Amino acid sequence: MPKDNTIKKVLVIGSGPIVIGQAAEFDYSGTQAVEAIKSEGIEVVLVNSNPATIMTDRGMAHHTYIEPLTVDFVEKVIAKERPDSLIAGMGGQTGLNISCELYDKGILQKYGVRVIGTSIESIKEGEDRDSFKQLMERTNQPIVESEIVTNMEDGVAFAEKIGYPVIIRPAYTLGGTGGGIAENEDQLREILAQGLHLSRVGQVLIERSIKGWKEIEFEVMRDGAGNCITVCSMENVDPVGVHTGDSIVVAPAQTLADHEYQMLRKAAIDIIDSIKIEGGCNVQFALDPNSFNYAVIEINPRVSRSSALASKATGYPIAKVAAKIALGYRLDEIKNAVTKKTYACFEPTIDYVVCKIPKWPFDKFKTAKRNLGTKMMATGEVMAIGNSFESALLKGVRSLEIGQYTLERKYSHSKTLTELKKRVAVPDDERLFDLAELLRRGYRIDMVCEITGMDKFFVKKIKNIVDMEEELKQMTLDDLDEETLRRYKMAGFSDKGMADILGVKPPEIYKLRIKYNILPVYKMVDTCAGEFEAVTPYYYSTYDKEDEVVVSNNKKVIVIGSGPIRIGQGIEFDYCSVHSILALKRAGVETIIINNNPETVSTDFDTSDKLYFEPLTEEDVLNIVEKEKPDGLILQFGGQTAIKLAKFLREMNIPILGTKPEQIDAAEDREKFDAILEELDIKRPKGKAVWSLDEGLKAAAELGYPVLVRPSYVLGGQGMEITYNEVQITKYLEEAFAKDSKNPVLIDRYLLGREIEVDAICDGEDILIPGIMEHLERAGVHSGDSISIYPPQHISEEIKAQIVDETRRISVALKVIGMINIQFIDYHGELNIIEVNPRSSRTVPYISKVTGVPIIDIATKVMLGAKLKDMGYESGICKEPDKVCIKVPIFSTEKLPQVEVSLGPEMRSTGEILGVGKTLNRALYKGFVAAGIVVPRRNGTALVTIKPHDLEDFLPIAKKLDKLGYRFLATDGTAKFLEENGISGVKVVRKISEGVPNVLDTIRSGMVDLIINTPNKGNRAASDGFKIRRTAAECSIVLMTSLDTASALVDVMDSNITTETVDVIALEDIK
Amino acid sequence: MSEKNIKAELILENGMKFSGRAFGYIKETVGEVVFNTGMTGYEELLTDPSYCGQIVVMTYPLVGNYGINLDDMESDGPKLRGFVVREKCDFPSNFRCEMDLDDFLRQNKITGIEGVDTRAITRTIRNVGTMKGIITLRGADLTESQIKRKFESLNNKNVIRDMTIKEKYEIPGSGKHIAFIDMGTKKGIIKGFVQKGCKLTVFPAFTSAEEILSVNPDAVFLSNGPGDPKDVPEIVDMVKQIVGKKPLIGVCMGNQLINLALGGNTKKMKFGHHGGNHPVKDLKTGRVYITSQNHEYVACDLPEDVEAAFVNINDDTIEGIRHKKLPIFSVQFHPEACPGPLDSGFLFDRFIEVIERGNENA
Repeated sequence: MPKDNTIKKVLVIGSGPIVIGQAAEFDYSGTQAVEAIKSEGIEVVLVNSNPATIMTDRGMAHHTYIEPLTVDFVEKVIAKERPDSLIAGMGGQTGLNISCELYDKGILQKYGVRVIGTSIESIKEGEDRDSFKQLMERTNQPIVESEIVTNMEDGVAFAEKIGYPVIIRPAYTLGGTGGGIAENEDQLREILAQGLHLSRVGQVLIERSIKGWKEIEFEVMRDGAGNCITVCSMENVDPVGVHTGDSIVVAPAQTLADHEYQMLRKAAIDIIDSIKIEGGCNVQFALDPNSFNYAVIEINPRVSRSSALASKATGYPIAKVAAKIALGYRLDEIKNAVTKKTYACFEPTIDYVVCKIPKWPFDKFKTAKRNLGTKMMATGEVMAIGNSFESALLKGVRSLEIGQYTLERKYSHSKTLTELKKRVAVPDDERLFDLAELLRRGYRIDMVCEITGMDKFFVKKIKNIVDMEEELKQMTLDDLDEETLRRYKMAGFSDKGMADILGVKPPEIYKLRIKYNILPVYKMVDTCAGEFEAVTPYYYSTYDKEDEVVVSNNKKVIVIGSGPIRIGQGIEFDYCSVHSILALKRAGVETIIINNNPETVSTDFDTSDKLYFEPLTEEDVLNIVEKEKPDGLILQFGGQTAIKLAKFLREMNIPILGTKPEQIDAAEDREKFDAILEELDIKRPKGKAVWSLDEGLKAAAELGYPVLVRPSYVLGGQGMEITYNEVQITKYLEEAFAKDSKNPVLIDRYLLGREIEVDAICDGEDILIPGIMEHLERAGVHSGDSISIYPPQHISEEIKAQIVDETRRISVALKVIGMINIQFIDYHGELNIIEVNPRSSRTVPYISKVTGVPIIDIATKVMLGAKLKDMGYESGICKEPDKVCIKVPIFSTEKLPQVEVSLGPEMRSTGEILGVGKTLNRALYKGFVAAGIVVPRRNGTALVTIKPHDLEDFLPIAKKLDKLGYRFLATDGTAKFLEENGISGVKVVRKISEGVPNVLDTIRSGMVDLIINTPNKGNRAASDGFKIRRTAAECSIVLMTSLDTASALVDVMDSNITTETVDVIALEDIK
Repeated sequence: MSEKNIKAELILENGMKFSGRAFGYIKETVGEVVFNTGMTGYEELLTDPSYCGQIVVMTYPLVGNYGINLDDMESDGPKLRGFVVREKCDFPSNFRCEMDLDDFLRQNKITGIEGVDTRAITRTIRNVGTMKGIITLRGADLTESQIKRKFESLNNKNVIRDMTIKEKYEIPGSGKHIAFIDMGTKKGIIKGFVQKGCKLTVFPAFTSAEEILSVNPDAVFLSNGPGDPKDVPEIVDMVKQIVGKKPLIGVCMGNQLINLALGGNTKKMKFGHHGGNHPVKDLKTGRVYITSQNHEYVACDLPEDVEAAFVNINDDTIEGIRHKKLPIFSVQFHPEACPGPLDSGFLFDRFIEVIERGNENA
């Protein structure tokens, strides 16, 4: 079955903004799909609201719509573009849901669009709970039996049928209260009675307990002719119960005998064959460690995070092959891109161990509950490849950038055995280290297995590492003979990890390695364990005999990637890395990328000439540099991960392209930077570093309140805050110095002005500013969490000219070659600089797309020595388009219990979307819709609780809402203020402490359309404000925590814009 | 545990040496070195008689993770000459684990070597082709001429004789009666027929056609087995005498012998197919199945009346043949899996269909 030639124009739906559970993996799969379809000469229409992605680049799809991912907007795109086909499974759950809705509403039929690849019927069979159950019955596959019961006798009967132990989950109780595990009928009767009582609806789910079962995943593919293959098996180190996205995962499965492996493989294939998948599918199993019993947990009939991991783990491009299958090809007609000789119809076999470790955001969300469960909380992940489990795990740990180079963690030392035992029993982000500590204290392996449910195989491997660490503690540097050192390196130990244990500096281990000639070799990821010659230059390091890398004499550059996705360093940096690679390729330079994030496009082996899948530590990068001897390294596109390496690389005399490390240091060092600004006569908010409370109070008084306070080292554990008076600053400083008295606290005058941001390219003489961005929210909200507006709507020509002038002077003074990001505040017409980053920033993809300026391409060329003038760019700002393009941050707060949801000086957003319109309000309308904010109706009810400082500013917003027919509910102070200012009929709601019904009950009752709450001070979980905001987030009620956002929303409400009245605009038409 | 540090070396025919540590039975061994790409199934592989005379290199680096159990053995014990792994597991974990790999090999006098760069060995064999090899204990310091003599002494011509059974036996059943020629069969194949209700009369490899026909079977089946099919002309002659008298079916070595008997040829492959991920296309339906394979030789130059039934889509090797007129049908791969994917298990049904209705649907 060759290509279906009736397919001429295909619609691809992306996954939207990065949120927890849906990250860069869908940019990777979407990009592969778009390219695969394009390569067949088929026109591609793409809809995705996320501007930070590579898939939404100009020139990627033929027609790109960065528009809200709602059925209404996608329908508009279909009506305009009239594609003949839709591929559903490339955009994660978001893409799948929209595809199903388009189908259900008859929209696909109306416009004659057919679904290619896995059909909607098949998708629904896998997704819908009931049809999944039927499917499993039809294919004779066991599932975890469960039933909803409403009385004791039914419950006991059902438990009798499925066997004990059983899990009891009452319906509709928060956090599972009233549930539990029953080992026998007596226990069941006790728990069930309580559960039935507590459940609001008197329903309790009884489920067979599979606690402690292994969690195994298979990635499977099937073509239209029914050929099936499995790409990869994966085993979760954590047993069933922890979301696979929050689990340490290894590939291939390690503890399954062939008998079990083939049993599950066959089950996976039988299932996808039965529902006639045409493309990729993920099947998750639970396997009893003590028998052949298993259960199918779920199937995902689409590409997924696991399929991205499987692709990177094996070298098999699942999304690309899935796209080709959708176009009609059979697996045996698609070439294996890795060997170029064999076909996609085979099963990859790997000859190494892959370890994936999640990256959690708890360093940013200190109040969050860290317990891991069935709801995913990780923002990103790292992958590591080694030829033992130990080396893969150690590589993965040091890739996380959490300061861990071994399994030994200081924090775990201070815990007692009992505490450790208790902690290890409940999975959280730190369990690995606590578990290692428990083993270190001699706690038995089989008991650890019993407490954690982890397989003995994995626990023993962790123990192996711990034993080697302990052995090393008994040694000195002199004891490290050649054989011993080689043994540690083969086991995956880093120079730094060993040096820390020995109490020496890493270069001393490095010197020893050079002396004994213990250097890494690089092995290829080739899908076939070496059986066939492969052409993919995809490598990982080992300390083995044979090196497979062929080092060329070409001019070549290494681009350092940005590692795992985390808050503040997201997919934008992968966008930059990939574009830099592409620019280098166009310039005829051989390209090498080093990165450790399996979700990304940069780690697609097709992206660069060579891919090293390695940790981004000093040692691992140096090893590759010494092997490849590149002409230079590019650090500017890898976020802080890459910038962090600058100092070390300079010390090692390794050439860095673009801005020199000493200049990077000058921009990052407060004192040096202040001196430069002084010299240039450029203003910045006055500030001071203080070492004590007295000093702080004095400084604040001099600067004048409000002041911005923050620790000089973020590691101290306290965030940035705006303080308005002595009481607040005293509290802050006392806490800060109690935690860390060795470092100063920085106090800056807080300028309540308009925040402006530019990304500029400098070639040492000239600068190019693609566009000036204005923030909707006033200073005080982190730039990554503000709505960003381009072109600016409220900035005078004088200020613009001044921005260009200052940007030029700073860039030249810092000798910037390449990218620079500067944030300004326009404070009553006076321009102040607040931050300078001598690297690419998170706004680059957005501004590059809306201005049409290929920023990374130009910056890369500049770093290679080109001059802006010679490339035909005039100095200064580029021409502004006739449309307004806004970037709106997206938060994943509903995924993270107990996390503050208000805007503040600390970044909390995980992703972003774009809104494009002819006017600001139209762009904002789309932005709100794309961000999932339902623009509230007129004549609604608003709950307002405003802090005293903001009341004056709130008044005009209140008046507009009043005009729109709004009824107000307010807390005492706010209500009084509104009444005094001519707004009548304000109803006072009770504070939480004032009994029921209080403000939370009001929110939960569903009578509120809009909540405006400006927080007094952040991160106080006990405060009313915090609870109001959390409740709003959990009840999905529109919540505004900044008056500027609220004001914009009210303007949009007032403007009468609806989805019917806005047009979809192709990226190509923004000029 | 003192054995942990016994250093050993794998020496290949082309002179390459790989140092590691000995495990299992500590004694020098010589064999033909092949690599296997399976990520699971080492126990089935160790006990597969087709590996007789060979030293097997596992491409997957961690071997022994789930230990050894007595149920998954494909014969009464390991049959290969040596076992090469990157890392053997001393701490296996599986509910059926009864022994660990090290003890199993030691008890059965099989030499192992671990801690070697198995990928480098695999790439060498891929580029040079299958070679002889020696696992020697370091300190033995063999001279060039000693090494040469050891290689020359390796003789795999009698491996089928070594692997076959001594006496015929019967397995009762109510279905088709199959004369099962055991040339070193895997238990899985026998199980495959038994599950279909077949009655088996299992014969030693070197049984005369007359004796086989004397039990009046419904068909004659030729099993897998080690070595070069051209080393056993007696069996080819026997098969020739069956052709036209009884339906003939076969697996692996059986496939090659049937082709030889029908007038076709066989040849040695560069490094064979050993693993569980080989895509094979059914030329009649176009469907592709992932199969378990273990062969160094392959059928070629098919005679006029014979056509290819299956090909390997990686390298177009013939993976199954079918007679155009007579009920003769055999495959090169292993429908019984053990180890490997179960995709082609339906072939046992097809064998029976061939016996009943000839090759129409085979």
